[in-house]
Amino acid sequence: MIKFIKFLIAGVVFGIIMTKSEAISWFRIQEMFRFESFHMYGIIGVAVGLGALLTFILKKVDAKTMYGTELNLTPKAMSVTRYLVGGTIFGLGWAMTGACPGPLFTLLGHGIWSIAIVIASATFGTFVYGMLRSKLPH
Amino acid sequence: MIEFLSQPWHWSIAGAAIALLMVLLLWFGGKFGVSSNLRTFCTLAGAGKVSDFFKWDWKAQIWNLVFITGAVIGGFIASHYLVSSEPLNISESTVSYLSSVGITTPQDFSNGGGFVPAEIFSDPFSLKGLIILIIGGFFIGFGTRYAGGCTSGHAISGLSNLQLPSLIAVVGFFIGGLAMTWLILPSILKL
Repeated sequence: MIKFIKFLIAGVVFGIIMTKSEAISWFRIQEMFRFESFHMYGIIGVAVGLGALLTFILKKVDAKTMYGTELNLTPKAMSVTRYLVGGTIFGLGWAMTGACPGPLFTLLGHGIWSIAIVIASATFGTFVYGMLRSKLPH
Repeated sequence: MIEFLSQPWHWSIAGAAIALLMVLLLWFGGKFGVSSNLRTFCTLAGAGKVSDFFKWDWKAQIWNLVFITGAVIGGFIASHYLVSSEPLNISESTVSYLSSVGITTPQDFSNGGGFVPAEIFSDPFSLKGLIILIIGGFFIGFGTRYAGGCTSGHAISGLSNLQLPSLIAVVGFFIGGLAMTWLILPSILKL
């Protein structure tokens, strides 16, 4: 039980960051895809820049988790089709709903109940992917 | 402190906070990637009976369900106790474009929202509401699993780990996002 509390707190912090950075805003996502503001590019750019530096250092010093196990940095299997096609399909949905999976849950906490429709539909989308998986090019 | 946190955060602060959170999750023995929770939802609903894709070690992912539960609570806290006095500072050109397709950009937080357009989210059973929420949601769930991750897993975690597959996925995110924003969404919004 105790081991889950830290993830709960991390999630709360994530929800606050997503809200205060306005990354959960449908309007911010429209603005980003219309190239009319630097805001979202700034957030993602700093997150990736600092994230890459920190990940590099973690690997360099062979950092471990708090339990002494290997960090979860498994390389992703190389392919083009699944990432490009899957990514494009996700991008269509991201621009429509103005939310990626993380913000979906934070918006629910804002009391925007209609976002539950998106969560349900996204779960169904994942289910359909699971059913069609063997027939899709990867 | 509350007052300090309540002002809108600069993008550089938010970006740095996300990178630190990603490292924290790695140290905790998890990783930053939200969309795999949707696969867990399917497994919990019994999808393992019809597809082997949903027969997996979901119990090792319970921490991630706890994390998104926290994300809901964080949204509640931020929307109740850390509300900014200023509206979202959306660029003038976006505001005027949206108004031309019938979407009003909120100028204050008085109705508790201000993050999503009322025309879609307060009227989810309108034609455009249904199309956007249901089809958009489907694309999110199908696309993220096909691509093996979303913004957190590919754009933040994957790019930070210099993964070429993640870069390809992010290129895809933008191909889809730009096509939707420029070519398709304007027509849906005008419905």
